[in-house]
Amino acid sequence: MSQELVLGIYVFIMAIFVGFEVISRVPSVLHTPLMSGTNAIHGIVILGAFLVAGSADSPLLHALGFIAVVFGAANVFGGFVVTDRMLEMFRKREPAASEKKDA
Amino acid sequence: MLDARGSAIAVSYIIAAVLFIFGLKQLSSPSTARAGNRTAAIGMALALAATLLDRQIVSFWTIAIGTLIGAAIGVYFGRTVQMTAMPQMVALFNGMGGATAALVSVAEFLRLTRVGDIIGAGESISIVLGTAIGAISFTGSIIAFGKLQEILPGRPLQFPLQRFVNGLILVGVVALGAMVVMGGGTGFLWALFAAALLLGAMFVLPIGGGDMPVVISILNSLTGLAAALTGFVLHNQMLVVAGVLVGASGTLLTLLMSTAMNRSVANVLFGAFGATNNDVAASASAVGHTVRQTTPEDTAIALAYARSVVIVPGYGLAVAEAQHTVRELATDLEGRGVDVKYAIHPVAGRMPGHMNVLLAEANVPYDQLLEMDQVNGQFPQTDVVLVVGANDVVNPAARDDPSSPIYGMPILDVDRARNIIVLKRSMGHGFAGIDNALFYHEKTRMLFGDARQSLTQIGQALKSA
Repeated sequence: MSQELVLGIYVFIMAIFVGFEVISRVPSVLHTPLMSGTNAIHGIVILGAFLVAGSADSPLLHALGFIAVVFGAANVFGGFVVTDRMLEMFRKREPAASEKKDA
Repeated sequence: MLDARGSAIAVSYIIAAVLFIFGLKQLSSPSTARAGNRTAAIGMALALAATLLDRQIVSFWTIAIGTLIGAAIGVYFGRTVQMTAMPQMVALFNGMGGATAALVSVAEFLRLTRVGDIIGAGESISIVLGTAIGAISFTGSIIAFGKLQEILPGRPLQFPLQRFVNGLILVGVVALGAMVVMGGGTGFLWALFAAALLLGAMFVLPIGGGDMPVVISILNSLTGLAAALTGFVLHNQMLVVAGVLVGASGTLLTLLMSTAMNRSVANVLFGAFGATNNDVAASASAVGHTVRQTTPEDTAIALAYARSVVIVPGYGLAVAEAQHTVRELATDLEGRGVDVKYAIHPVAGRMPGHMNVLLAEANVPYDQLLEMDQVNGQFPQTDVVLVVGANDVVNPAARDDPSSPIYGMPILDVDRARNIIVLKRSMGHGFAGIDNALFYHEKTRMLFGDARQSLTQIGQALKSA
C-alpha cells in the first residue's frame, strides 16, 4: 500500500463523519435542493476530465476527455443554476406575500 | 516538496473542500440555503481554476469547447425546467456526473498503461470501482429519467428470470473487475465498462415510479462514491471529500425515504413493488362500500366555514400542475380567517422534498409546510382536510390492517380529522395498487376530476359563498 492511498483512506473516513453530521441537519423542506446541490458538487469530477482532455495525446483520449468535460460541465452548471432557482423560491411568510406572485 | 504552483493548487483545493462543507452547512436553514449553494459554487470555481494551472494540462482547446457546450446545456435546462419536472432533471444531471467519473477512470487507466507505469493495486481497484459505479449510476439515472419523463412506462418492467439475468451481469462485472486488477489490460476494462452500463439500466427497469424517491437517492449516493473513487485514482483528496459528502447525503436520504415507506432498501430495489398487487385489491374492494361524492360548491362552503384546513398534496398535484391554484385557494381562505396548513409526507411525489419545492414555487411560505410528525397530532382538531392527488400516504390500512401490503408505513392520519375531502381523477389506485379505505369513510367526500380544474371551480364557488 502506498502512503498516498493510506492518506486517501483517512480522508475518506473522516469525510464520512463530517458528511453525515452536516447533512443530518438539513430539514426535510430542503431535501430536493440538497439533492440537486450535492448533485452539482459531485460534478467536481470534471477536474479529472480537465486533466484527461488537457493532456490527451491520442484521438481516443481526446474523445473521452471531451465527452467527460461536456457531461461534467452540464452537471456542474445545471446543478448549481437549478438549485439556485429552487432556493430563491423558499421564503418566509410576508405580509404582502400574495401580491408578490410575479416577483 | 511542491513548487509554488503546486502549492497554490493544493491550497486552493483545501479551501474548496472547506467551502463545500460550509455550503452544505448553510443548507440547514431555508434562510441561509441560497447563500450555501453559492458558497459551494465558489468552491467549485476555485477548484476548477486551480486545476487549469496543473502542468499536466498542455492544451486548453478541448477543455474550453467542452466546458462551453456543457455549460450552455446545463444553464439552459437549469433555467427552463418546470418545477414539476425537477425529479427527472436531478436524475439526468446525476447521470452525467456518473458518466464523467467513469470516463475519467477509464481514460486514466489508458494513460497509465500507455506510459507503462506500474499500476498499484490501490489505483487499479479505484479505477475498477470508479468505472463500474460511475457507469451503473449513468445508465441507472437515464432509465430513471425515462420513467419520470414518461418516455418509459412508470410501472415495473419485468421479464422471466430477471433476477437471475441481473445476477449474472453482476457476477460478470465483478469477474471483469478482478481481471483488470490482476493485470488483464484495457480490453477487460472496456468490457467492464460495457457490462456496468448494462447493469445500471437493468437494475432500475423493474422499479416502479412511486419508488423513485429511493432510487434517485441511491443513484445520487453512487455518483458521489464514484467521484470519491476518482479522487483516489487522481490522488486528489479534495475530490475524495466532495465525493464522500455527496455519498453521505444520498445515503441519508435513501435511509429516510425507505423508512418513510417502512420498506428495506433491498425490498425497494428487488421487490418490483406495485406490479403484482392488483388482484388483491380487486377482491378487497368488492366488499361493497359506497363512495360519497360532493360538488365544488359544497366543498367551497365546507372550506369557507371551517376554522382550520389542512391541505395534503401528493403526486397528483404535480401531475395536474395545480400548485399555484391550490395556493390561490388557500390565500382566499386565509382572507376569510381560515387557518390553512399543508401536510407533507416524506415520500409524497417522486423525489425527497418534491412537494416542498412545488409549493415554494407557488409562493407558499415554508413555515406553512408541516412535516408528518408535526401535523399528525393536529388532525383531530382540524375541521377539513383537503387531499389533493395523494393516495397511499393517507391510506389508514397502513396503520390498521396488518394484511395490507403497505401495513406499517407511517401515514398522515387524515381520517382523524372532522371532515375529509379528496380531490381525485377517478377511483383508480395509487402506486401501491391497493384500495384506500379512506375513500369509503363516512366522513369522506370525493370530488372527481382534474385537480387543477376542481380547485379552480372551488375557488370560483368560494367567491359567492
